[in-house]
Amino acid sequence: MRTWLATGILVAWAVMAVAGAWLPLAPDAIDLTRILAPPGSGSPLGYDDLGRPLLDRLVSGARYSLLVAVMVVSISLLLGTFIGAMSAYVGGWLDHLTVRVIDIFLAFPGILLAIALAGLMGPGIDNVIIALSIVGWVGFARLARAQVLALREREHVQAAVALGTRRLRIVSRHLLPLISAPLIVEATFAIAGIVIAEAGLSFLGLGIQPPTPSWGSMIREGTRYMLVSPHMVLVPGLALMLVVLAVNMMGDRLRDRLDVRRERAGVRG
Amino acid sequence: MSEILLSVRGLSTHFLTQGGVVRAVDDVSFDIRRGETFALLGESGCGKSMTSLSIMRLVPEPAGRIVAGEIHLDGQNLMDLPEAGMRRIRGNRIAMIFQEPMTSLNPVLTIGEQIAETVRQHRRLDGAAARGVVLDLLDAVGIPDPRQRYGEYPHQLSGGMKQRVMIAIALAGEPDLLIADEPTTALDVTIQAQVLALLGDLQKQTGMAVLLITHDLGVVAGMADSVAVMYAGQIIERAGKEAFFRDPRHPYSRKLFDSLPDVGKRGHQLAVIHGAVPSLAREFKGCRFAERCDEAWDLCHEQAPRWYDQEGGRQVRCHLLDPTLAARRPASHAAPRDGTGQAQPCREHGQAPLLEVENIKVHFPIRKGLLKRTVGHVYAVDGVNLSIARGRTVALVGESGCGKTTIGKAILQLIRPSAGSVRFEGDELTRLRGEALRRRRSDFQIIFQDPFSSMNPRMMIDEIIQEGMVALGIEKDAAARRSRVEELLDHVGLPREARHRYPHEFSGGQRQRICIARTLAVRPKLIVCDEPTSALDISVQAQILNLLKQLQNELGLSYLFITHNLSVVGYLADEVAVMYLGRVVEYGTVQEVLEQPRHPYTQALLSAIPVIDQTTRREVIRLEGDLPSPSSPPSGCHFHTRCPHAMPVCSQRYPQSTALSDTHRAHCFLYGDEE
Repeated sequence: MRTWLATGILVAWAVMAVAGAWLPLAPDAIDLTRILAPPGSGSPLGYDDLGRPLLDRLVSGARYSLLVAVMVVSISLLLGTFIGAMSAYVGGWLDHLTVRVIDIFLAFPGILLAIALAGLMGPGIDNVIIALSIVGWVGFARLARAQVLALREREHVQAAVALGTRRLRIVSRHLLPLISAPLIVEATFAIAGIVIAEAGLSFLGLGIQPPTPSWGSMIREGTRYMLVSPHMVLVPGLALMLVVLAVNMMGDRLRDRLDVRRERAGVRG
Repeated sequence: MSEILLSVRGLSTHFLTQGGVVRAVDDVSFDIRRGETFALLGESGCGKSMTSLSIMRLVPEPAGRIVAGEIHLDGQNLMDLPEAGMRRIRGNRIAMIFQEPMTSLNPVLTIGEQIAETVRQHRRLDGAAARGVVLDLLDAVGIPDPRQRYGEYPHQLSGGMKQRVMIAIALAGEPDLLIADEPTTALDVTIQAQVLALLGDLQKQTGMAVLLITHDLGVVAGMADSVAVMYAGQIIERAGKEAFFRDPRHPYSRKLFDSLPDVGKRGHQLAVIHGAVPSLAREFKGCRFAERCDEAWDLCHEQAPRWYDQEGGRQVRCHLLDPTLAARRPASHAAPRDGTGQAQPCREHGQAPLLEVENIKVHFPIRKGLLKRTVGHVYAVDGVNLSIARGRTVALVGESGCGKTTIGKAILQLIRPSAGSVRFEGDELTRLRGEALRRRRSDFQIIFQDPFSSMNPRMMIDEIIQEGMVALGIEKDAAARRSRVEELLDHVGLPREARHRYPHEFSGGQRQRICIARTLAVRPKLIVCDEPTSALDISVQAQILNLLKQLQNELGLSYLFITHNLSVVGYLADEVAVMYLGRVVEYGTVQEVLEQPRHPYTQALLSAIPVIDQTTRREVIRLEGDLPSPSSPPSGCHFHTRCPHAMPVCSQRYPQSTALSDTHRAHCFLYGDEE
């Protein structure tokens, strides 16, 4: 049941994001007669302060939240895993350096750093992705490093060294496949975080620029009219909440499934 | 009071798993008399631990359940007791000690507190009175300085000391029956001898009975009064100890004795029990051992044998003991298929050594503080010389923590030695770096102790065996590599279909064969075998030892065999090096070291091994105390703190090597000091 609901929400999110480009949407069409019109009057979700239909804006906005989330998580996952795994496997001064860099990044509130970066580079979707990735890889690197440190002394890795296997191949064949499960779980939870971070940046005006709709900027525009027409905040807010909830539920589920301890059930002799 | 303390009748414990019902214990019956030691002997997975947990009614629920049977303690059926009543039995009447003393104690409570808890519970004592009892108990289990130890935490104690604490906790309730589940398996032989002697003494003083669960025939020989052999969830033979060791009757019991390696079987193949213990998830129709038995005939596969009573109260579950049935047995089965014959020719190679290790040292720095300053060193290996000739086997023997595994890794340059030289065919390996070292690696390989972690669980057998060939470019052509994998699987006695399966589908012994195939794939000249059989059952151990010996004869391999098991050494090795705390204390041929050990440590080590042969009784040289820490080894001769022959000079200077014969050397002042 839990999985079911979560899958439904995520599929709806993905369909909205992908199909949005082909649907006859008019997110930027201004109809001054319908300014702040509540849901049900003309458009199922009502209109915003400039008379633009909220449903159309919500569907178009989904594309950017999905795009940013997937891009940022992929980049951080690849970059973080590579840096973390290499640092732990090679060790020595490289590892010391990486640990210090990771510590510095973690000591700094992530979203503040992203805000600073986005502010520096100027608004825009590509800059949002870069800013969030620069903050995002740290978590993956730390996880990958810890996992590799635990695996490095395992005997099959030692045997591979003794067989003359090259370093890169040991990392790619003996280490990465075995640390993938926790990384995938971490990645799912990261998606939820990135969706919120993107909304946050857009809310502050540092993300997607008007008139392009994004859930975060929609919430920002709505705050000014919260008392007279709460639907402007509620519609994107609820959408955001449902997606984050669904992603987290999937992450929990995935963690249970990939946990090897559940598979082992032995009889002591 | 009756003679029988505990009587188990028709006990069956089942487990519900995804693969169906596992009959871990299936219709098991036995009696334990007051004050006796009853040994339950069996290989891993035969249900012996489950039997003991069933007696305590501690079977992990809900997966496991006692489905049938009665357990009478002094005439009272434990199965009828409510859980609250059972709690009064546990600890008070029946106490238990486990294999792993490291995990059986609570790390955040002092050991005195943990023993006092049991004392308060079972003897209804408080405060000073309880403390007094705890101090007495600590004293009784031979822990020196009880007042000091009372306030210490488990991590401050060694393994042997922790097991003594476990025994003290078990004794706190003054039980009638002590269940000891593999009590010494995790301990070194010299410590094992201490703990077994302690158990024997305590039993004499308190008159309690002991149910000893073990896989070690030697421990049974030293401790037990009567023996029950368990196989695949059932007891198949019950006998008094003397009768059992003089003349085991069940074919399985006989095979267990035959498959034990020892010096007397040198040059012969060990008898093996084919295959592995059957899965308990299936229904058995005939005798459970029939598939692996050399003497089985049709009847054995169809009808389960009943108990046959023999003289002296012994009972055996085998059709062979029924004269009318055995007479009808087809003649073709009369002779065993697999004898202990087949003498292997003994080869003597007198060439230049393949490997020469000179004064090798491995010191690990201990770093502390913010700046990671080196505050000391762990002297894991501290000046060892070794040489191995082509086609020969050198055994490296010692207790855990003596640095034997580190030497193996240092020779292979998996750990870089801190000093000294490792010459392989004249080339200095310690100077090779990077690519040059990588190219050289095909010549020397390693087999690890744990066949479970030594293979990547995500790789197929095919890829595992090919790994070295690919990495070192030994067979460039994919088809040639594939046929070589099949050839190697044939060689180590596995079916070719194994290629397309994953490691978790194989048993421990089969995995060890795969590991051997993987090392052979790169055509090595030297293989370091790091305890390759210590994780395996006795019957499987014999299979692997035979394979290693056969491969040596065919391919002329040299082995550095690292082990703590001296009977394996006697069977397989040509020369032996005995290690103590990072140094070799004695070196010589197998005959010299095992038959005329000269160093006091070697003598103690040899005497501590439990003997199976009931006719020879040896005096055990009991070593006091534990292995000192390799980070602060004692001055002079490392062994002087535990040596029965220690002299003043021993603590001042490290004795130089003394030649006792052309091949026999020892580091001990008892035999002079040549420098």
